[in-house]
Amino acid sequence: MLLIVCPYCGKRPEIEFTYGGQAHLARPVQPSQLDDQAWAEFLYMRANTKGIYAERWRHSRGCGRFFNALRDTTTDHFLAFYKTGEAQPALSGSGASPTPRESTT
Amino acid sequence: MSSQSFSGLSLFWRSLSSHRGWQTQWRKPEPKARYDAVIVGGGGHGLGAAYYLAKEHGLTNIAVLEKGWIGGGNTGRNTTIIRSNYLFDESAALYDHSLKLWENLSQALNYNVMFSPRGVMMLAHTVHDIQVFKRHVHANRCNGVDNEWLEPAEAKEFCPPLNIEGNIRYPVLGAALQRRGGTARHDAVAWGYARAADALGVDIIENCEVTGIRRDARGAVEALETTRGVIQSRKVGVSAAGHSSVIMALAGVHVPLESYPLQALVSEPVKPVFPCVVMSNTIHAYISQSDKGELVIGAGTDAYTSYTQRGALHINTHTLDAICELFPHFRRLRMLRNWGGIVDVTPDRSPIIAKTPVPGLYVNCGWGTGGFKATPGSAHVFAWTIARDEPHPINAPFTIERFRDGYLIDEAAAAAVAH
Repeated sequence: MLLIVCPYCGKRPEIEFTYGGQAHLARPVQPSQLDDQAWAEFLYMRANTKGIYAERWRHSRGCGRFFNALRDTTTDHFLAFYKTGEAQPALSGSGASPTPRESTT
Repeated sequence: MSSQSFSGLSLFWRSLSSHRGWQTQWRKPEPKARYDAVIVGGGGHGLGAAYYLAKEHGLTNIAVLEKGWIGGGNTGRNTTIIRSNYLFDESAALYDHSLKLWENLSQALNYNVMFSPRGVMMLAHTVHDIQVFKRHVHANRCNGVDNEWLEPAEAKEFCPPLNIEGNIRYPVLGAALQRRGGTARHDAVAWGYARAADALGVDIIENCEVTGIRRDARGAVEALETTRGVIQSRKVGVSAAGHSSVIMALAGVHVPLESYPLQALVSEPVKPVFPCVVMSNTIHAYISQSDKGELVIGAGTDAYTSYTQRGALHINTHTLDAICELFPHFRRLRMLRNWGGIVDVTPDRSPIIAKTPVPGLYVNCGWGTGGFKATPGSAHVFAWTIARDEPHPINAPFTIERFRDGYLIDEAAAAAVAH
């Protein structure tokens, strides 16, 4: 089970959270202006990154708020947690997974 | 390899020399510089596609590239359930095509895949389930696919360990039974296809990971860069399960997939106690008994995308809670081991078996949590698509473009699984 750090409540077990998929997807401002391909891209295409992935979580059995996280999908280790609206944190180094494994997992 | 044909007589003959004379089932060739077609992914779907390419389309200068070992991915990790009672016409045609191939697969491959049509029973726990399953039964009958409705007492008669008391959290209100459904030995499917393809001249190259896809000036596929060197081929079929989107990205093709861990577990082996396959989509419990005696139990997917081939324990315990309520006398069984595989899930939970925008590149992916049952049928139509550069009528609806054009085959909404 993942240990997830809610930016509002602190470290909690995964079962308190709901997964929200890829982060930083903005709904098109004028959907009627999109062609079918662009609309399909927005609706259905996800990065599905093998590596460091920015994703949303919701503390649905806690404070109820959405927030974002960076997770390495090859190890499931979290690299950062940040509030919705904040920019994706830059990782130290060149983007390789630098953060040591958390001892509690 | 034909000298090694399996039969009762050959088994008896070899037994006289204590079975020491058997040879390996397929060669370990070095990759050639050029092939007419290359399949990426040495699971059941990929090996099957290579077999049908060689057997039915006369292409024998072909290779299957596998980054690990044969059958070490989802083919060896699933819970081996086979059925075809899907709601929509497109799905029923595809999965029933597969089921018909399963019925003669052991004879076709001269390899015992232990197909056992012992019946797959899907439990209904809510009024919604009842309505959906009855709709499935009627739709299946229109498509010539067997599926029948059982009242709780009939379900218990078919599967005596089942608890149909009304005092559990999700009581059994009925079931849909496909008698032609069942199980097969998953490893044997991979081995059988590998052996049969090898006998037709297909090179099966293990420990060979694809790291790049080269395209010519026209944009068409030209060669694959692999950990065992560059391999030229004008036709490449990608059948890479959870890593399909990673491979397709090498050619710049974006597919609507997300990769999730899916877990399964087995109990300690016990004497025959469980006569059929029981599925409960509502509470995510899938159970059958292997010929070794282990209860084979499938759980739901984990919540998040991942490539780690492991998941969280609470997913398994949730499934075991459900199993223990439905089958109370399994409560004291010990679980032997659990594992995860990475499944590639499409937005409508139907697969993609199609040409891609890149000439010469074909993809068979998006099988999500239920690809094993489709192995022969999927491989068969994928081989057709690669050989003729056009889809077989059965897989023609399963394109990438259906998401753009709005022709979803929405088995997700048809409650194949409670999402």
